[in-house]
Amino acid sequence: MIQVENLVKHFGVLHAVRDISFQVGEGELFGFLGPNGAGKTTTINMLCTLLTPTSGRALVAGHDVVQHPTEVRRSIGIIFQDPSLDERLTALENLKFHAMLYHLPKKKTEERREMLLEMVGLSDRRGDLVKTFSGGMKRRLEIVRGLLHSPKVLFLDEPTLGLDPQTRNHIWSYVKELRSKEGLTLFLTTHYMEEAEQCDRIAIIDEGKIVALDTPTALKQRLGSDTLDDVFVKLIGREIREENASQKDQLRDLHKKWIGRMR
Amino acid sequence: MEFQSLYTVWLRDLVRFRRDRTQILGGFSRPMLWLLFLGVGMGPVFHSGAGVPYMHFIFPGVIAMNLIFASFLSAISIIWDREFGFLKEILVAPISRSAIAFGKAASGSTIAVLQGLVVVAFAPLVHVPLTFEKILLLIPSMFLIAFTCTSMGIVLASRMTSFEGFGTIANFVIMPMFFLSGGLFPLDGIPIWLKVLTHLNPLTYGVDQLRWILSGAHRFPIAFDLLFNLLFSALMLSLAVALFKRSPA
Ligand SMILES: Nc1ncnc2c1ncn2[C@@H]1O[C@H](COP(=O)(O)OP(=O)(O)O)[C@@H](O)[C@H]1O
Ligand SMILES: [Mg+2]
Repeated sequence: MIQVENLVKHFGVLHAVRDISFQVGEGELFGFLGPNGAGKTTTINMLCTLLTPTSGRALVAGHDVVQHPTEVRRSIGIIFQDPSLDERLTALENLKFHAMLYHLPKKKTEERREMLLEMVGLSDRRGDLVKTFSGGMKRRLEIVRGLLHSPKVLFLDEPTLGLDPQTRNHIWSYVKELRSKEGLTLFLTTHYMEEAEQCDRIAIIDEGKIVALDTPTALKQRLGSDTLDDVFVKLIGREIREENASQKDQLRDLHKKWIGRMR
Repeated sequence: MEFQSLYTVWLRDLVRFRRDRTQILGGFSRPMLWLLFLGVGMGPVFHSGAGVPYMHFIFPGVIAMNLIFASFLSAISIIWDREFGFLKEILVAPISRSAIAFGKAASGSTIAVLQGLVVVAFAPLVHVPLTFEKILLLIPSMFLIAFTCTSMGIVLASRMTSFEGFGTIANFVIMPMFFLSGGLFPLDGIPIWLKVLTHLNPLTYGVDQLRWILSGAHRFPIAFDLLFNLLFSALMLSLAVALFKRSPA
């Protein structure tokens, strides 16, 4: 479903992604793990056609991300790391515009929309402006939106970051339900070990390079570890925690909050 | 297919505009201030030569001002969309980059025409004569002017990050364009370097059209006014599409 060959991305002198290759099979739940600034989001942005690779090649659902971006866009859904809803529109309006952008047939889409809203428990809030939603509700709405057009591949960039454990569990149960129902391929990045544990395979990325790629069990076996936490410490030399957020990430978050308030 | 994409981008902006009270309020108060204070205050000291009252002279200029403000304000919403992440939702959708740029230009122009019509509605109050035919001509003319300004705004917005935003554009683009458009004072006796600037200013040709429609007076051939605005917006929009293609996310 996803084929990546020698993918590279430079931002000026900064080498964000350095020659990575991997494949993700149909229906697989693939985890992409690494500390902040490792290059996870940059990789996702290249796979979903928002960034042009410096070199290398990537196919998503059989289409080249550079040569045939429109076909790729049609086959994927994405939950971005940062919020991407229109807060001044209602939940329903956000979904309707999404349906229009993807040229979805009205009747069938309405059924699917209601099914998905029901699943994430947002049915009775559909008429409210998104700016009145909590972080968890926004995330759930983004999941509905990302799935509305029945994508073949769903990218989730730290979908549960900053959410309370209960919401996190809920989100995982939706994702699993859809995976078994629709044979969706899932590409996920995360900081959380217990989430990584549930993936079919995980790639561990550090400083733009893949340092390990295997099933969680095989990785633990290979390194003689009991836990994935321990695998990380052995491979990268430090623990992966949210608190490690790079200064740049923290600055960016601060900047976002500022702007949010000025508005 | 592509028309629906364009329409979607357009519709979203219009829904947002309908909810944006401050922008609607600005559309009313801005022309009121200029017409009332400048039109009334400058009236006694102004001699345009042709003997037109100052209020009649600045009326097309005030329409142009509302057009340019609304156009740039709409175009600038791209910066907000980037800041708040929604631009990514549009950019990963399977629609062409030109549909995005055209949709934005169309929504900005539509909103601007609505704001231009607000000024037109003041005409009876300030004794500027209007006929039905004039209004019919004003609408496409206002759309063309707004389209020119919006496409220019889109190009600027796609190169700007966060919000040095609207204040910067207002000071360095909108105000100079407005002052050098011939909308506030005649451009006859000005020094040559200013004259060059006014001749490069698309709003000059916009004001000229509006004045021609409203009173029959004009400085340039009307065909030239139209052509300048058309070519200018075509150039800006192609630039905008090119910039969108170079992934601004
Ligand atoms: N648009 C950009 N311009 C310059 N540097 C960037 C840009 N996007 C990301 N980076 C840098 O690339 C590196 C990888 O970032 P990212 O892919 O966001 O990491 P992750 O998602 O794994 O936390 C970081 O050092 C980040 O600062
Ligand atoms: Mg990231």
